[in-house]
Amino acid sequence: MEVQTITQEIGEITAESVKSQAVEVSGSVALLEALIVEGVETIFGYPGGAIMPIYDALYDYNDKLNHILVRHEQGGIHAGQGYARTSGKVGVVFATSGPGATNLVTGLADAQIDSTPLVCITGQVFAHLLGTDAFQETDVINITTPVTKWNYQVTDATEIPEVIAKAFYIAKSGRPGPVLIDITKNAQIQKFSYEGYVKCNHIRSYRPKPIVRHQYIQEAAELINSAKKPFIIWGQGVILGSAEQEFKAFVEKSGIPAAWTVLGAGAIPTDHPQNVGMLGMHGNYGPNVLTNDCDVLIAIGMRFDDRVTGRLDKYAKQAKVVHLDIDPAEIDKNVKSTVPVWGDCKETLPLLTALIEEKQHTDWLNTFNEYTAKEVEAVIHKELNPESGEMTMGEVIKQLNEITKGDAVIVTDVGQHQMVACRYAKLNKTRSNVTSGGLGTMGFALPAAIGAKFGAQERDVVAIIGDGGFQMTLQELGTIMQSKVDVKIIILNNRFLGMVRQWQELFNSRRYSFVDIQSPDFVMVAKGYGIDGKSISERDDLIPALNEMMSHKGAFLLEVMVTKENNVFPMVPQGCSVSEIRLK
Amino acid sequence: METIDNEKQEFNITVYTENQIGLLNRIAIIFTRRKINIDSLNTSPSEIESIHRFNIVITESEDVVRKLTRQIEKQVEVLKVYYHTNEDVVWQEMALYKMSTDVIAEKVSVERLLRENGARAVVIRKDYTVFETTGHREETDNLIKILQPYGLIEFVRSARVAIIKKSDGFNSKLREFERLEPGEDVMENEYLNKGQKVFTM
Repeated sequence: MEVQTITQEIGEITAESVKSQAVEVSGSVALLEALIVEGVETIFGYPGGAIMPIYDALYDYNDKLNHILVRHEQGGIHAGQGYARTSGKVGVVFATSGPGATNLVTGLADAQIDSTPLVCITGQVFAHLLGTDAFQETDVINITTPVTKWNYQVTDATEIPEVIAKAFYIAKSGRPGPVLIDITKNAQIQKFSYEGYVKCNHIRSYRPKPIVRHQYIQEAAELINSAKKPFIIWGQGVILGSAEQEFKAFVEKSGIPAAWTVLGAGAIPTDHPQNVGMLGMHGNYGPNVLTNDCDVLIAIGMRFDDRVTGRLDKYAKQAKVVHLDIDPAEIDKNVKSTVPVWGDCKETLPLLTALIEEKQHTDWLNTFNEYTAKEVEAVIHKELNPESGEMTMGEVIKQLNEITKGDAVIVTDVGQHQMVACRYAKLNKTRSNVTSGGLGTMGFALPAAIGAKFGAQERDVVAIIGDGGFQMTLQELGTIMQSKVDVKIIILNNRFLGMVRQWQELFNSRRYSFVDIQSPDFVMVAKGYGIDGKSISERDDLIPALNEMMSHKGAFLLEVMVTKENNVFPMVPQGCSVSEIRLK
Repeated sequence: METIDNEKQEFNITVYTENQIGLLNRIAIIFTRRKINIDSLNTSPSEIESIHRFNIVITESEDVVRKLTRQIEKQVEVLKVYYHTNEDVVWQEMALYKMSTDVIAEKVSVERLLRENGARAVVIRKDYTVFETTGHREETDNLIKILQPYGLIEFVRSARVAIIKKSDGFNSKLREFERLEPGEDVMENEYLNKGQKVFTM
């Protein structure tokens, strides 16, 4: 067998082998060895003074670790998020101290609220300089504490193997989240006696998942079996727990209509007969209205975000609530549960499926379909099939569906285009929807798409971005150019910061305050980066342009000029109940 | 513990943690993020070597306190969190009072007042004397009022320390935590134990 890494050379760690096999390495090498054992293949990063020893070590690991040089650390961390979301693995990001580290903060907050597993490594000034206001010193640990699941500062190289093992274990277990490890420069340089790497599988103060209590499964099953109008609402927990099969089995045996949160999209296919659509502020009509009509609400891996619940004191008050979640802090946080099923839904769902009766709630499902018909008539038909006038965002998504057949990964930014894409994009597979849900980070999509492509190399990745959000991180076109990332970029350009404009129209008497945004010639910008592109504004050009984009070898940017003042409907206005959802 | 969920009262939050730099901040920001004032915070060793114990006092409704404790318990280095009303704990705060020695020597009544309030002299110098009392908030507060007319030079009160009345300590729980697959007992949390006495160890 070809010996590839120092860790493999040392071999399996046993009590006897430890001392004799130890090898003198630097902290930086120990870090890279750890990443390899953890199965890391791709790193998104940006070098700088305080992380130079790690980058120097990386020079010799180029064949084992694929480092993608981004253009800004925020781009790096969003790429790490995109990678984690499509691959199901932990995203790894490198940044230097000071500004490099602070540029990660938005991405950390995004990953924290959307439960994305990340391990971020930041360089730090020498330990003896900590607290001296040294060049590019910043208090990264304290800045990132509220936006990380765990963080830790390493000042001694001997800590590195154990700390990195903990970092990966914490990032991916239980409810996943971002971890940041800050390593002082002296620890990166320091040589120590490396005895190999042991993965972490237990921390005594940390219990990522509970032992399932069967009493609650039993109670939940009884509630479900006696329900006349049960309703399933699911979130990203199903995907994070890799419980898509278990979830599908539960849905199909129960015969219960099921609706999804933005981050839950794709856990079962869009066209599954029991998939009744999207929840929340811009979700579908039926799922919102009927939340306040169901008798048992079964929430699976979702956290009752305010964008999902609308006005909380008028949310599902008539329903008994079964809440399945792995994070005990989520249970009873916003919505009081009747039966709390605390646990990993990959374990709890099969137990529940076994106890429920096989049923078909045909009439109840038809009620959802009646609402869908009303929504199609009032909103969807004209959004997807406009006959005249400028193009709509919806018709672009509809035509894209025709070409991708629902097999592409759809990455979206934040705003109107995001809601339209989430509502109308067809998703056949899980891990196909990458978007910034909780934090709503404009500028997320372009770098996230880069990571999404590395996380799912065999799949088409289409980034759908607004003209505003694209300008927040367009420097990552440089990353696409240099690393030859095959992502398709659609800019839905309405020449406005559309979502804010929509609110200003509806709630601020059309006082359009600073939403009129000018854009550069996006195609020319792309050309400057060696990326082919096209801009269209005529309906007749849409299908050929989408075909050209999808069949193009390599990255492609397609700007579609869409109608300026279109609104996303339905809409649950802020402060209103889900049943007060407006169709216009 | 049956109390009305929305009524604000003092709660004693007991947190068992690993001894880790930065954990104090991680716990503190759970309160500050929600704009909740910490009335008192004490960190100390616990009955177990290497395990730290936080005593935090806040005035809030039980509903809020319950959610806060779950957020605290979610932190990686936190082993376990409990919350109790004042009735459920034995608690003490210590206060120090600096007075002019001359005043005490001159006024017999001061000496009597100090004795009546259970204060004892910690330090006696030519120019000043430091007294100490330990007790509940009302008691230490009361002595301030009493001493104020005689020229209280300096006053300081410690954070609250509290012992949970119905607790068998943390030893057996810790042994469970250290096992790779902890038993059901350790995995308990309050709403999964409805009907049972909830906040007991």
